[in-house]
Amino acid sequence: MELRGVQKWYGDLHVLQDIDLSVAQGEVVVVIGPSGSGKSTLCRTINRLEPVDEGTILIDGAPLPQEGKALARHRADVGMVFQSFNLFAHKTILDNVTLGPIKVRKMAKADAEKRAHELLDRVGVGHQAAKYPAQLSGGQQQRVAIARSLAMDPKVMLFDEPTSALDPEMIKEVLDVMVDLAERGMTMIVVTHEMGFARTAANRVVFMADGRIVESADPESFFTNPQSDRARDFLGKILKH
Amino acid sequence: MDVIIEAFPDILQAFWLNIRLALYSGVLALVLGTLLAAFRVSPVPLLRLIGTVWVNTIRNTPLTLVITFMLFGLSYQLGVTFSDTISENVFWLAVVGLGVYTAAFVCEVLRAGINTVDVGQSEAARSLGFTFTQNLRLVILPQAFRAVIAPLGSTFIALIKNTTIAVVIGVTTAEGINESSGLMRTLIEFNGDQTILIFAVFALGFVIITLPIGLLTSWAAKRLGGVR
Ligand SMILES: Nc1ncnc2c1ncn2[C@@H]1O[C@H](COP(=O)(O)OP(=O)(O)O)[C@@H](O)[C@H]1O
Ligand SMILES: [Mg+2]
Repeated sequence: MELRGVQKWYGDLHVLQDIDLSVAQGEVVVVIGPSGSGKSTLCRTINRLEPVDEGTILIDGAPLPQEGKALARHRADVGMVFQSFNLFAHKTILDNVTLGPIKVRKMAKADAEKRAHELLDRVGVGHQAAKYPAQLSGGQQQRVAIARSLAMDPKVMLFDEPTSALDPEMIKEVLDVMVDLAERGMTMIVVTHEMGFARTAANRVVFMADGRIVESADPESFFTNPQSDRARDFLGKILKH
Repeated sequence: MDVIIEAFPDILQAFWLNIRLALYSGVLALVLGTLLAAFRVSPVPLLRLIGTVWVNTIRNTPLTLVITFMLFGLSYQLGVTFSDTISENVFWLAVVGLGVYTAAFVCEVLRAGINTVDVGQSEAARSLGFTFTQNLRLVILPQAFRAVIAPLGSTFIALIKNTTIAVVIGVTTAEGINESSGLMRTLIEFNGDQTILIFAVFALGFVIITLPIGLLTSWAAKRLGGVR
Protein backbone atom coordinates (compact mmCIF):
# COMPACT_ATOMS: atom_id res chain seq x y z
CA MET A 1 0.00 0.00 0.00
CA GLU A 2 1.39 3.35 -0.96
CA LEU A 3 0.55 7.05 -0.77
CA ARG A 4 2.39 9.38 -3.14
CA GLY A 5 2.35 13.15 -2.80
CA VAL A 6 -1.11 13.23 -1.25
CA GLN A 7 -2.55 16.69 -0.64
CA LYS A 8 -5.87 17.55 0.90
CA TRP A 9 -7.52 20.81 1.84
CA TYR A 10 -10.62 21.57 3.87
CA GLY A 11 -11.30 25.04 2.50
CA ASP A 12 -8.19 27.01 3.43
CA LEU A 13 -6.94 24.37 5.83
CA HIS A 14 -4.19 22.24 4.31
CA VAL A 15 -4.93 19.04 6.33
CA LEU A 16 -2.66 16.65 4.45
CA GLN A 17 0.56 18.11 3.11
CA ASP A 18 2.59 16.11 0.66
CA ILE A 19 2.10 12.75 2.32
CA ASP A 20 4.37 9.92 1.12
CA LEU A 21 3.91 6.67 2.94
CA SER A 22 4.32 3.10 1.91
CA VAL A 23 3.29 0.14 3.98
CA ALA A 24 4.52 -3.34 3.08
CA GLN A 25 2.35 -6.40 3.29
CA GLY A 26 2.17 -7.62 6.88
CA GLU A 27 3.66 -4.39 8.21
CA VAL A 28 2.15 -2.65 11.23
CA VAL A 29 2.47 1.12 11.21
CA VAL A 30 1.47 3.21 14.20
CA VAL A 31 0.56 6.83 13.50
CA ILE A 32 0.81 9.27 16.37
CA GLY A 33 0.67 13.01 16.65
CA PRO A 34 -1.19 15.86 18.31
CA SER A 35 -4.93 16.26 17.94
CA GLY A 36 -5.86 17.97 14.68
CA SER A 37 -2.68 16.91 12.91
CA GLY A 38 -4.61 15.00 10.22
CA LYS A 39 -4.37 11.39 11.44
CA SER A 40 -8.08 10.63 11.03
CA THR A 41 -8.14 12.36 7.68
CA LEU A 42 -5.23 10.19 6.56
CA CYS A 43 -7.16 7.01 7.45
CA ARG A 44 -10.30 8.30 5.80
CA THR A 45 -8.54 9.07 2.54
CA ILE A 46 -7.00 5.59 2.40
CA ASN A 47 -10.49 4.14 2.67
CA ARG A 48 -11.67 6.86 0.28
CA LEU A 49 -14.30 8.05 2.78
CA GLU A 50 -12.74 11.40 1.85
CA PRO A 51 -11.36 12.19 -1.62
CA VAL A 52 -7.84 13.60 -1.93
CA ASP A 53 -7.13 16.76 -3.92
CA GLU A 54 -3.77 15.72 -5.30
CA GLY A 55 -1.53 12.68 -5.33
CA THR A 56 -2.27 8.99 -5.63
CA ILE A 57 -3.03 6.15 -3.29
CA LEU A 58 -2.17 2.66 -4.49
CA ILE A 59 -3.37 -0.59 -3.00
CA ASP A 60 -1.65 -3.70 -4.36
CA GLY A 61 -0.17 -1.44 -7.04
CA ALA A 62 -3.55 -0.26 -8.33
CA PRO A 63 -4.81 3.31 -7.79
CA LEU A 64 -8.01 3.93 -5.82
CA PRO A 65 -11.11 3.97 -7.96
CA GLN A 66 -12.95 7.28 -8.02
CA GLU A 67 -16.55 6.15 -7.55
CA GLY A 68 -19.30 3.60 -8.01
CA LYS A 69 -19.04 -0.16 -7.75
CA ALA A 70 -15.24 -0.25 -8.06
CA LEU A 71 -14.92 2.14 -5.15
CA ALA A 72 -17.29 0.06 -3.03
CA ARG A 73 -15.21 -3.02 -3.83
CA HIS A 74 -12.06 -1.18 -2.81
CA ARG A 75 -13.59 -0.18 0.51
CA ALA A 76 -14.52 -3.80 1.14
CA ASP A 77 -10.82 -4.67 0.85
CA VAL A 78 -9.79 -2.04 3.38
CA GLY A 79 -11.12 -2.65 6.88
CA MET A 80 -11.77 0.30 9.12
CA VAL A 81 -12.23 0.38 12.88
CA PHE A 82 -13.55 3.64 14.32
CA GLN A 83 -13.05 5.32 17.64
CA SER A 84 -16.81 5.21 18.27
CA PHE A 85 -17.23 1.54 17.14
CA ASN A 86 -20.17 2.39 14.83
CA LEU A 87 -21.78 -1.03 15.08
CA PHE A 88 -25.15 -1.13 13.31
CA ALA A 89 -27.46 -0.27 16.19
CA HIS A 90 -30.53 -2.04 14.82
CA LYS A 91 -28.76 -5.34 14.09
CA THR A 92 -27.67 -8.11 16.41
CA ILE A 93 -23.98 -8.74 16.95
CA LEU A 94 -24.15 -11.74 14.61
CA ASP A 95 -25.95 -9.73 11.90
CA ASN A 96 -23.39 -6.95 12.25
CA VAL A 97 -20.68 -9.42 11.33
CA THR A 98 -22.56 -11.27 8.57
CA LEU A 99 -24.16 -8.30 6.79
CA GLY A 100 -21.06 -7.29 4.81
CA PRO A 101 -20.07 -10.79 3.70
CA ILE A 102 -23.65 -11.60 2.64
CA LYS A 103 -24.48 -8.32 0.90
CA VAL A 104 -21.10 -7.27 -0.45
CA ARG A 105 -19.21 -10.53 -0.85
CA LYS A 106 -22.39 -12.46 -1.79
CA MET A 107 -21.47 -15.21 0.65
CA ALA A 108 -24.13 -17.79 1.53
CA LYS A 109 -25.86 -17.00 4.81
CA ALA A 110 -24.86 -20.26 6.49
CA ASP A 111 -21.20 -19.82 5.54
CA ALA A 112 -21.21 -16.20 6.69
CA GLU A 113 -22.70 -17.18 10.05
CA LYS A 114 -20.22 -19.98 10.56
CA ARG A 115 -17.34 -17.61 9.88
CA ALA A 116 -18.91 -14.90 12.05
CA HIS A 117 -19.14 -17.29 15.01
CA GLU A 118 -15.48 -18.23 14.54
CA LEU A 119 -14.43 -14.58 14.46
CA LEU A 120 -16.60 -13.63 17.42
CA ASP A 121 -15.09 -16.52 19.40
CA ARG A 122 -11.65 -15.38 18.38
CA VAL A 123 -12.21 -11.86 19.73
CA GLY A 124 -13.86 -13.30 22.85
CA VAL A 125 -17.50 -12.26 22.41
CA GLY A 126 -18.89 -15.49 20.94
CA HIS A 127 -21.56 -15.84 23.62
CA GLN A 128 -22.97 -12.36 22.86
CA ALA A 129 -23.94 -13.10 19.25
CA ALA A 130 -27.69 -12.69 19.75
CA LYS A 131 -27.49 -9.39 21.63
CA TYR A 132 -27.70 -5.84 20.29
CA PRO A 133 -24.70 -3.47 20.35
CA ALA A 134 -26.20 -1.26 23.08
CA GLN A 135 -26.25 -4.28 25.42
CA LEU A 136 -22.46 -4.69 25.21
CA SER A 137 -19.65 -2.81 26.93
CA GLY A 138 -17.47 -0.49 24.86
CA GLY A 139 -14.61 -2.95 24.84
CA GLN A 140 -16.88 -5.74 23.65
CA GLN A 141 -18.39 -3.50 20.96
CA GLN A 142 -14.96 -2.56 19.66
CA ARG A 143 -13.95 -6.22 19.48
CA VAL A 144 -17.14 -6.95 17.51
CA ALA A 145 -16.25 -4.06 15.20
CA ILE A 146 -12.87 -5.68 14.59
CA ALA A 147 -14.57 -9.02 13.88
CA ARG A 148 -16.96 -7.24 11.49
CA SER A 149 -14.01 -5.84 9.54
CA LEU A 150 -12.17 -9.15 9.56
CA ALA A 151 -15.20 -10.94 8.14
CA MET A 152 -14.57 -9.10 4.87
CA ASP A 153 -11.05 -10.59 4.61
CA PRO A 154 -9.49 -7.16 4.14
CA LYS A 155 -6.04 -6.65 2.66
CA VAL A 156 -5.31 -3.76 5.02
CA MET A 157 -6.90 -2.67 8.28
CA LEU A 158 -7.11 0.90 9.50
CA PHE A 159 -7.67 1.69 13.16
CA ASP A 160 -8.54 5.27 14.11
CA GLU A 161 -7.92 5.64 17.84
CA PRO A 162 -9.69 2.34 18.57
CA THR A 163 -9.21 2.59 22.34
CA SER A 164 -9.69 6.33 22.93
CA ALA A 165 -13.36 6.02 23.79
CA LEU A 166 -12.83 3.13 26.20
CA ASP A 167 -12.55 2.93 29.96
CA PRO A 168 -9.01 1.99 31.04
CA GLU A 169 -9.94 -1.56 32.08
CA MET A 170 -11.28 -2.30 28.58
CA ILE A 171 -8.33 -0.96 26.63
CA LYS A 172 -6.22 -4.06 27.15
CA GLU A 173 -8.84 -6.51 25.85
CA VAL A 174 -9.01 -4.58 22.58
CA LEU A 175 -5.25 -4.14 22.28
CA ASP A 176 -4.76 -7.88 22.88
CA VAL A 177 -6.98 -8.64 19.88
CA MET A 178 -4.99 -6.15 17.80
CA VAL A 179 -1.64 -7.60 18.85
CA ASP A 180 -2.93 -11.04 17.92
CA LEU A 181 -3.96 -9.71 14.52
CA ALA A 182 -0.54 -8.16 13.98
CA GLU A 183 1.12 -11.46 14.87
CA ARG A 184 -1.03 -13.23 12.31
CA GLY A 185 0.46 -11.02 9.61
CA MET A 186 -2.33 -8.49 9.01
CA THR A 187 -1.23 -5.25 7.34
CA MET A 188 -2.28 -2.54 9.75
CA ILE A 189 -2.26 1.23 10.08
CA VAL A 190 -3.08 2.17 13.64
CA VAL A 191 -3.67 5.67 14.94
CA THR A 192 -3.09 5.36 18.67
CA HIS A 193 -1.24 6.87 21.59
CA GLU A 194 -0.87 3.49 23.27
CA MET A 195 2.90 3.23 23.40
CA GLY A 196 2.77 -0.28 24.80
CA PHE A 197 1.01 -1.41 21.65
CA ALA A 198 3.42 0.49 19.43
CA ARG A 199 6.39 -1.14 21.18
CA THR A 200 5.06 -4.70 21.06
CA ALA A 201 3.30 -4.79 17.72
CA ALA A 202 4.49 -1.99 15.45
CA ASN A 203 7.24 -2.26 12.86
CA ARG A 204 7.29 1.48 12.45
CA VAL A 205 6.02 4.65 14.08
CA VAL A 206 4.99 7.61 11.97
CA PHE A 207 4.75 10.96 13.70
CA MET A 208 2.40 13.55 12.20
CA ALA A 209 2.07 17.24 12.98
CA ASP A 210 0.17 19.96 11.10
CA GLY A 211 -0.73 17.66 8.23
CA ARG A 212 2.82 16.48 7.59
CA ILE A 213 4.70 13.32 8.33
CA VAL A 214 7.51 14.71 10.47
CA GLU A 215 9.22 11.51 11.48
CA SER A 216 9.14 7.84 10.62
CA ALA A 217 11.22 5.35 12.58
CA ASP A 218 11.14 2.01 14.34
CA PRO A 219 9.30 2.25 17.69
CA GLU A 220 12.35 1.86 19.91
CA SER A 221 14.38 4.63 18.31
CA PHE A 222 11.37 6.91 18.00
CA PHE A 223 10.40 6.70 21.65
CA THR A 224 13.93 6.77 23.05
CA ASN A 225 15.52 9.16 20.60
CA PRO A 226 13.07 11.31 18.62
CA GLN A 227 14.79 13.45 15.98
CA SER A 228 12.46 16.45 15.71
CA ASP A 229 11.58 19.07 18.31
CA ARG A 230 7.88 18.55 17.58
CA ALA A 231 8.14 14.86 18.39
CA ARG A 232 10.22 15.45 21.54
CA ASP A 233 7.73 18.05 22.70
CA PHE A 234 4.78 15.77 21.98
CA LEU A 235 6.31 12.74 23.68
CA GLY A 236 7.17 14.88 26.69
CA LYS A 237 3.51 15.78 27.01
CA ILE A 238 2.04 12.30 26.70
CA LEU A 239 4.72 10.68 28.88
CA LYS A 240 3.78 12.91 31.81
CA HIS A 241 0.40 11.13 32.02
CA MET B 1 -81.58 9.18 16.80
CA ASP B 2 -83.75 7.34 14.25
CA VAL B 3 -81.84 9.01 11.44
CA ILE B 4 -78.63 7.46 12.69
CA ILE B 5 -80.07 4.00 13.24
CA GLU B 6 -81.67 4.00 9.83
CA ALA B 7 -78.53 5.24 8.09
CA PHE B 8 -76.18 3.10 10.17
CA PRO B 9 -75.35 0.51 7.50
CA ASP B 10 -74.67 3.35 5.06
CA ILE B 11 -72.49 5.10 7.62
CA LEU B 12 -70.43 1.97 8.15
CA GLN B 13 -70.00 1.53 4.42
CA ALA B 14 -69.09 5.19 4.03
CA PHE B 15 -66.36 4.91 6.63
CA TRP B 16 -65.16 1.71 5.06
CA LEU B 17 -64.71 3.66 1.84
CA ASN B 18 -62.61 6.26 3.68
CA ILE B 19 -60.53 3.49 5.22
CA ARG B 20 -59.93 1.89 1.83
CA LEU B 21 -58.91 5.24 0.37
CA ALA B 22 -56.54 5.75 3.28
CA LEU B 23 -55.04 2.26 3.02
CA TYR B 24 -54.29 2.38 -0.70
CA SER B 25 -53.06 5.95 -0.71
CA GLY B 26 -51.13 5.28 2.51
CA VAL B 27 -49.19 2.45 0.88
CA LEU B 28 -48.57 4.61 -2.18
CA ALA B 29 -47.44 7.53 -0.01
CA LEU B 30 -45.08 5.31 1.96
CA VAL B 31 -43.45 3.88 -1.16
CA LEU B 32 -43.26 7.21 -3.00
CA GLY B 33 -42.24 9.12 0.13
CA THR B 34 -39.40 6.69 0.82
CA LEU B 35 -38.24 6.97 -2.78
CA LEU B 36 -38.37 10.78 -2.57
CA ALA B 37 -36.41 10.78 0.69
CA ALA B 38 -33.81 8.58 -1.01
CA PHE B 39 -33.71 11.09 -3.89
CA ARG B 40 -33.22 13.97 -1.50
CA VAL B 41 -30.19 12.43 0.21
CA SER B 42 -28.77 10.88 -2.97
CA PRO B 43 -25.30 11.81 -4.24
CA VAL B 44 -26.81 12.44 -7.71
CA PRO B 45 -27.66 16.16 -8.07
CA LEU B 46 -30.48 15.57 -10.59
CA LEU B 47 -32.29 13.17 -8.23
CA ARG B 48 -31.88 15.63 -5.35
CA LEU B 49 -33.39 18.36 -7.54
CA ILE B 50 -36.39 16.17 -8.49
CA GLY B 51 -36.98 15.36 -4.83
CA THR B 52 -36.74 18.98 -3.73
CA VAL B 53 -39.01 20.31 -6.48
CA TRP B 54 -41.64 17.61 -5.89
CA VAL B 55 -41.75 18.12 -2.14
CA ASN B 56 -41.82 21.89 -2.25
CA THR B 57 -44.44 22.06 -4.99
CA ILE B 58 -46.78 19.57 -3.38
CA ARG B 59 -46.39 20.85 0.16
CA ASN B 60 -47.36 24.34 -0.94
CA THR B 61 -50.40 23.24 -2.95
CA PRO B 62 -53.78 22.86 -1.20
CA LEU B 63 -54.95 19.24 -1.20
CA THR B 64 -58.27 20.22 -2.77
CA LEU B 65 -56.35 21.55 -5.74
CA VAL B 66 -54.33 18.36 -6.09
CA ILE B 67 -57.44 16.20 -5.93
CA THR B 68 -59.32 18.40 -8.40
CA PHE B 69 -56.34 18.28 -10.73
CA MET B 70 -56.47 14.49 -10.62
CA LEU B 71 -59.95 14.46 -12.12
CA PHE B 72 -59.83 17.41 -14.49
CA GLY B 73 -56.16 17.49 -15.39
CA LEU B 74 -55.01 13.92 -15.20
CA SER B 75 -58.22 12.17 -16.18
CA TYR B 76 -60.16 14.49 -18.50
CA GLN B 77 -57.31 16.39 -20.11
CA LEU B 78 -54.51 13.82 -20.16
CA GLY B 79 -56.82 10.85 -20.50
CA VAL B 80 -55.35 8.78 -17.66
CA THR B 81 -57.94 6.25 -16.56
CA PHE B 82 -57.67 3.42 -14.09
CA SER B 83 -60.99 1.69 -14.77
CA ASP B 84 -63.91 1.74 -17.18
CA THR B 85 -66.35 2.09 -14.32
CA ILE B 86 -66.60 5.79 -13.53
CA SER B 87 -66.84 5.34 -9.77
CA GLU B 88 -63.85 2.98 -9.75
CA ASN B 89 -61.87 5.38 -11.87
CA VAL B 90 -62.62 8.29 -9.57
CA PHE B 91 -61.68 6.16 -6.56
CA TRP B 92 -58.23 5.40 -7.97
CA LEU B 93 -57.71 9.00 -9.07
CA ALA B 94 -58.37 10.02 -5.47
CA VAL B 95 -55.93 7.36 -4.25
CA VAL B 96 -53.21 8.70 -6.54
CA GLY B 97 -53.94 12.31 -5.54
CA LEU B 98 -53.89 11.54 -1.83
CA GLY B 99 -50.83 9.32 -2.23
CA VAL B 100 -48.82 11.85 -4.19
CA TYR B 101 -49.76 14.59 -1.74
CA THR B 102 -49.03 12.58 1.42
CA ALA B 103 -45.75 11.28 -0.06
CA ALA B 104 -44.27 14.77 0.23
CA PHE B 105 -44.98 14.74 3.97
CA VAL B 106 -43.74 11.17 4.43
CA CYS B 107 -40.55 12.25 2.64
CA GLU B 108 -39.92 15.15 4.98
CA VAL B 109 -40.66 13.09 8.10
CA LEU B 110 -38.27 10.39 6.88
CA ARG B 111 -35.60 12.90 6.00
CA ALA B 112 -35.76 14.22 9.55
CA GLY B 113 -35.40 10.59 10.67
CA ILE B 114 -32.37 10.08 8.46
CA ASN B 115 -30.77 13.12 10.07
CA THR B 116 -31.11 11.53 13.51
CA VAL B 117 -29.07 8.50 12.42
CA ASP B 118 -25.46 8.92 13.51
CA VAL B 119 -23.11 9.58 10.56
CA GLY B 120 -20.86 6.84 11.96
CA GLN B 121 -23.49 4.28 10.92
CA SER B 122 -23.26 5.34 7.33
CA GLU B 123 -19.46 5.57 7.43
CA ALA B 124 -19.21 2.05 8.81
CA ALA B 125 -21.50 0.82 6.03
CA ARG B 126 -19.48 2.62 3.37
CA SER B 127 -16.22 1.31 4.75
CA LEU B 128 -17.59 -2.24 4.46
CA GLY B 129 -18.14 -1.64 0.76
CA PHE B 130 -21.90 -1.07 0.74
CA THR B 131 -23.19 0.89 -2.23
CA PHE B 132 -25.30 3.98 -1.57
CA THR B 133 -28.51 2.01 -2.11
CA GLN B 134 -27.43 -0.84 0.17
CA ASN B 135 -26.37 1.65 2.81
CA LEU B 136 -29.76 3.36 2.67
CA ARG B 137 -31.80 0.17 2.52
CA LEU B 138 -29.91 -1.90 5.10
CA VAL B 139 -28.54 0.61 7.56
CA ILE B 140 -29.98 4.11 7.38
CA LEU B 141 -33.67 3.72 6.52
CA PRO B 142 -34.42 0.94 9.04
CA GLN B 143 -33.06 3.20 11.78
CA ALA B 144 -34.69 6.32 10.36
CA PHE B 145 -38.11 4.59 10.30
CA ARG B 146 -37.75 3.57 13.93
CA ALA B 147 -36.98 7.14 14.87
CA VAL B 148 -40.08 8.55 13.15
CA ILE B 149 -42.82 6.02 13.90
CA ALA B 150 -44.80 8.57 15.92
CA PRO B 151 -44.67 11.41 13.36
CA LEU B 152 -45.41 8.91 10.57
CA GLY B 153 -48.47 7.87 12.58
CA SER B 154 -49.56 11.52 12.68
CA THR B 155 -49.05 11.81 8.93
CA PHE B 156 -51.22 8.76 8.42
CA ILE B 157 -53.91 10.13 10.73
CA ALA B 158 -53.89 13.35 8.71
CA LEU B 159 -54.28 11.22 5.59
CA ILE B 160 -57.34 9.47 7.02
CA LYS B 161 -58.92 12.83 7.72
CA ASN B 162 -57.87 14.07 4.29
CA THR B 163 -59.74 11.22 2.60
CA THR B 164 -62.86 13.33 3.14
CA ILE B 165 -61.49 15.75 0.54
CA ALA B 166 -62.09 13.00 -2.01
CA VAL B 167 -65.72 14.10 -1.88
CA VAL B 168 -64.60 17.04 -4.02
CA ILE B 169 -64.33 14.80 -7.04
CA GLY B 170 -67.30 12.71 -5.97
CA VAL B 171 -65.80 9.43 -4.82
CA THR B 172 -68.52 6.84 -4.56
CA THR B 173 -68.46 3.09 -4.63
CA ALA B 174 -69.92 1.12 -7.49
CA GLU B 175 -73.11 0.76 -5.43
CA GLY B 176 -73.41 4.51 -5.10
CA ILE B 177 -72.24 4.80 -1.50
CA ASN B 178 -70.87 8.18 -0.48
CA GLU B 179 -67.64 8.49 1.42
CA SER B 180 -68.30 9.67 4.96
CA SER B 181 -68.25 13.46 4.64
CA GLY B 182 -70.39 13.20 1.52
CA LEU B 183 -72.89 11.01 3.34
CA MET B 184 -72.85 13.36 6.30
CA ARG B 185 -73.72 16.26 4.04
CA THR B 186 -76.59 14.32 2.46
CA LEU B 187 -77.95 13.26 5.86
CA ILE B 188 -77.79 16.83 7.16
CA GLU B 189 -79.50 18.13 4.05
CA PHE B 190 -82.49 15.92 4.72
CA ASN B 191 -82.45 16.17 8.53
CA GLY B 192 -81.44 19.76 9.22
CA ASP B 193 -82.85 19.68 12.75
CA GLN B 194 -80.42 16.92 13.73
CA THR B 195 -77.25 18.54 12.40
CA ILE B 196 -75.36 18.44 15.69
CA LEU B 197 -76.13 14.78 16.34
CA ILE B 198 -75.18 13.74 12.83
CA PHE B 199 -72.00 15.76 13.02
CA ALA B 200 -71.11 14.22 16.38
CA VAL B 201 -71.59 10.69 15.06
CA PHE B 202 -69.28 11.27 12.12
CA ALA B 203 -66.68 13.01 14.24
CA LEU B 204 -66.82 10.05 16.65
CA GLY B 205 -66.35 7.73 13.70
CA PHE B 206 -63.08 9.42 12.83
CA VAL B 207 -61.92 9.36 16.43
CA ILE B 208 -62.62 5.62 16.56
CA ILE B 209 -60.49 5.07 13.47
CA THR B 210 -57.61 7.40 14.24
CA LEU B 211 -57.22 7.02 18.00
CA PRO B 212 -55.90 3.43 17.90
CA ILE B 213 -53.35 4.47 15.25
CA GLY B 214 -52.07 7.24 17.50
CA LEU B 215 -51.88 4.92 20.51
CA LEU B 216 -50.30 2.09 18.53
CA THR B 217 -47.63 4.28 16.95
CA SER B 218 -46.65 5.96 20.23
CA TRP B 219 -46.42 2.52 21.82
CA ALA B 220 -44.30 1.21 18.93
CA ALA B 221 -42.16 4.34 18.97
CA LYS B 222 -41.36 3.73 22.65
CA ARG B 223 -40.59 0.06 22.12
CA LEU B 224 -38.62 0.20 18.86
CA GLY B 225 -37.21 3.70 19.21
CA GLY B 226 -35.26 2.43 22.22
CA VAL B 227 -33.28 -0.11 20.21
CA ARG B 228 -30.75 2.28 18.76
N1 LIG C 1 -15.02 17.46 7.47
C1 LIG C 1 -14.15 18.43 7.84
N2 LIG C 1 -14.34 19.70 7.41
C2 LIG C 1 -13.47 20.67 7.76
N3 LIG C 1 -12.39 20.50 8.54
C3 LIG C 1 -12.15 19.25 9.00
C4 LIG C 1 -13.02 18.15 8.67
N4 LIG C 1 -12.53 17.04 9.27
C5 LIG C 1 -11.43 17.44 9.94
N5 LIG C 1 -11.18 18.74 9.78
C6 LIG C 1 -10.04 19.49 10.32
O1 LIG C 1 -8.88 18.91 9.78
C7 LIG C 1 -7.86 18.88 10.76
C8 LIG C 1 -7.35 17.46 10.91
O2 LIG C 1 -8.36 16.67 11.51
P1 LIG C 1 -8.19 15.14 11.87
O3 LIG C 1 -7.71 14.42 10.68
O4 LIG C 1 -9.45 14.68 12.48
O5 LIG C 1 -7.02 15.18 12.95
P2 LIG C 1 -6.62 14.13 14.05
O6 LIG C 1 -7.33 12.86 13.77
O7 LIG C 1 -5.14 14.02 13.92
O8 LIG C 1 -7.01 14.71 15.37
C9 LIG C 1 -8.44 19.46 12.02
O9 LIG C 1 -8.03 20.80 12.13
C10 LIG C 1 -9.92 19.37 11.82
O10 LIG C 1 -10.58 20.41 12.48
MG1 LIG D 1 -8.71 11.80 14.96
